[in-house]
Amino acid sequence: MKPSVPNPSASSDPLLLIDDRTVSFAAGKGWNTVVHGVSLDVGPGETVALVGESGSGKSVTAMSILGLLSARQARTTGRVVFKDRDLSLLNADEMRALRGSDIAMIFQEPMTSLNPVMTCGAQIAESLTIHRGLNRSEAHTETLQLFDRVRISDAARRFDEYPHSLSGGMRQRIMIAMALACKPSLLIADEPTTALDVTIQAQILALIKELQDEEGMAVLFITHDMGVVAEISDRTVVMNKGRVVEAGPTAAIFSDPAQGYTRSLLSAVPRLGSMKDRALPERFPVFDRETGVVQASADMPDTVVREKPLLEVEGLTTRFTLRQGFLGRVSGRVHAVENVAFTVRAGETLSLVGESGCGKSTTGRSILRLTEPDAGSVVLDGTDITALDSKGLRSHRRHMQMIFQDPYSSLNPRRSVGDSILEPLLVNRLADRSDAQGMVRELLQQVGLDPESRDRYPHEFSGGQRQRICIARALAVEPKLIVADESVSALDVSVKAQVINLMLDLQARMGVAYLFISHDMAVVERVSHRVAVMYLGEIVEIGSRQAVFGNPQHPYTKRLLSAVPVADPSRRRIKRILDSREIQSPIRDPGYRPPQRRFIDAGPDHRYMEWNDSWA
Amino acid sequence: MATIQAIPISRSFLEGAVVKRFLSHRLATFGLATILLLTLACIVGPWLLPFTDVYIDMMQRFAAPFSGWHVLGTDAMGRDTLARLLMAGRISLSIGFSAMVVSMIIGLCVGLIAGFYGGILGTVLMRFVDAMLCFPSIFLLLAISALISPSVPAIVLLIAMTSWMEVARVVEAQTRSLKTREFTLAAQSYGAGGFRLMLREILPNAVAPIVVAATLNVANAILAESYISFLGFGIQPPTPSWGNMLNSAQTYLTSAPWLAIVPGLAITLAVTSFNFLGDGLRDALDPRADQP
Repeated sequence: MKPSVPNPSASSDPLLLIDDRTVSFAAGKGWNTVVHGVSLDVGPGETVALVGESGSGKSVTAMSILGLLSARQARTTGRVVFKDRDLSLLNADEMRALRGSDIAMIFQEPMTSLNPVMTCGAQIAESLTIHRGLNRSEAHTETLQLFDRVRISDAARRFDEYPHSLSGGMRQRIMIAMALACKPSLLIADEPTTALDVTIQAQILALIKELQDEEGMAVLFITHDMGVVAEISDRTVVMNKGRVVEAGPTAAIFSDPAQGYTRSLLSAVPRLGSMKDRALPERFPVFDRETGVVQASADMPDTVVREKPLLEVEGLTTRFTLRQGFLGRVSGRVHAVENVAFTVRAGETLSLVGESGCGKSTTGRSILRLTEPDAGSVVLDGTDITALDSKGLRSHRRHMQMIFQDPYSSLNPRRSVGDSILEPLLVNRLADRSDAQGMVRELLQQVGLDPESRDRYPHEFSGGQRQRICIARALAVEPKLIVADESVSALDVSVKAQVINLMLDLQARMGVAYLFISHDMAVVERVSHRVAVMYLGEIVEIGSRQAVFGNPQHPYTKRLLSAVPVADPSRRRIKRILDSREIQSPIRDPGYRPPQRRFIDAGPDHRYMEWNDSWA
Repeated sequence: MATIQAIPISRSFLEGAVVKRFLSHRLATFGLATILLLTLACIVGPWLLPFTDVYIDMMQRFAAPFSGWHVLGTDAMGRDTLARLLMAGRISLSIGFSAMVVSMIIGLCVGLIAGFYGGILGTVLMRFVDAMLCFPSIFLLLAISALISPSVPAIVLLIAMTSWMEVARVVEAQTRSLKTREFTLAAQSYGAGGFRLMLREILPNAVAPIVVAATLNVANAILAESYISFLGFGIQPPTPSWGNMLNSAQTYLTSAPWLAIVPGLAITLAVTSFNFLGDGLRDALDPRADQP
């Protein structure tokens, strides 16, 4: 696809015009302004991306267009003109008529927007009878057609299914079908693919793009993901702290950002394919937020100790039994981790990548025996972890530490951060109380926090800072291996870059090895020495990062890589993915025996699993 | 969109917010004040009064309240009602508090162990809790109190035995959810043992519902003591308790109604105050209460 040029009609006669919109929320006795005089316009048939980090006011701006903010809690000023009508002058009834018919909206989490006690079909049919006055059978036929248009396979059966029995991608398709039901001329999509896996995201983006071409519908696309912006939008509006920082054609914003903020945002975006000719991980360049001045980042030293592996995992298998009925009959098993084997050397980063349900997190937990594996061996530095009794396990656990995804729940809220870091030192008798205080200060300094902040409580820190505290806590026991389970996934892009830089610095300084679990291919490419791709509990391809990204062999690896949005509008890759192939479930019948797998060598340190026809 | 910003607030501000939320709950503030006053009166009151609770003034039998030196009147033996009320308060309130403490200890242990270890041990413990809940506690109280000699420690134990189950259930549910939280997993992965996990990671985070359960428990214990004593199985005269004061007032309900009204009011006041206090603490300790 060629890079789109701005719609020529956009400036002359916009479909939607937001002029100097300000939104304030009630905060105690006063008002807290979160959107400061935002102006933007969307032309007919155009896709405009509204992009910013969390708290930038992008969603609030969009919600205010349709008057979805409660009048008691929010105050809005400024004009919103849609098809030459000033929306702020409409009364509640006129506004309701407009919503869902001429302007439709889809949200991040489709489950909360669908009524759980109505079948999917009935919900769409209902909106058709209300908005378009169709009778029952007409509405039924029309709904089936809509299902077809959003590529829901087996539409007749899906009509009678309830939302909870569908996958996230399928639910989002239902939401889109519902949005399309009344042929809107503007679709507002608020982070519609953020909660979805990357291959499903690619399908949904392709679907939106295609429907847009068919219908001539304009799209206001709200997202934090610069990759998605580059793939889908004609024009881009960058917001920060409630203000528009920069607006213009997407290609221009990406090739020649004018503002420092935009530049720092773009520099923090990992770009798939940018690491082709580098063997070692690389830090993100550090930009000054205001000026956009770049600080040269030092090359990473080679930290890998090649003599013998630090961690050897062999035949690791973890299954969860599902029971059903009064007698607790075994109705199936989740094959979360199935015969997984890999090694990690000291100072090395091995990334486990895959989509939801592929067993990558369970693998991490099984290695630490936070979840007991059913079979296999985990040998760390010569000690078989799986053979230890509970006492031995407790003393050996300190050689492996874990950093979790959610920085908000991984710190004890009732304890000061200093105490949280102190605790592992005391538990393992690494220091007495007085020495430990000094070590806590040192650890806080190591992760780039003020040592004086040790008396503060977790809620006083931001997400990125909390993740630094978690890293400090993990480092306290001087582990040889850190399992980082989606540790940067919940962070904003610029914070993500900083935390990754910190992790790389610590690796360079201390030679710690990482098992980096992530679904984000672009981040993985940046940080890893080696990569293992997981699908349905099994490793389908493993090898050096350069080999796996540069020369993927297994069809799943290829599919995963081609689905990652690339933050470069001149290289749009989302093809017309018309299939709606879903990620399969790792739940199997109780009698299921996993097949014997054969691995094929594709080169030195690069193996992939032999596959069968189902991958054709 | 998750709009979570780092708001630098100091710890004292957080504690201030809890106090502020509590104070804005007027009934709870009233309850706390009443409990403090009542407790204080029961502790120092008997020393300040000119009569003791066992001083018999046969000339002044059935004196009406506010009719002389006996502010709240006298009973059939001419004993001062106020002096007896305050001495009875010492007994009733201390039974309430001690029964609460004992039931908390049992409930916390059972709940923590059942929730933390789960599995067969957890199932057995929690089914035992369910079985205990199946007994109508009044009959259980009466049946057992008929068999044992009624002393204060015996009654405290008796009430505690029938009221720890609620606490155990609350603690068990909290423990089960907190033990899968990531900070507990993190502590587990740096080698913290079972007791440390239970006492340092889980318990401090379950404190709010426990405190609420504790206050409501005091109210129930006072009530339980009252009806056991009212039915004659509890604290035996001449030692006064609010319950047995009511018991001995039955006969004179028409001729000297104050003998029933005064201890009745004391029980009502104490029980409702503890209930209000519990409600207020529940709202105040819930950090979500501040979010819109």
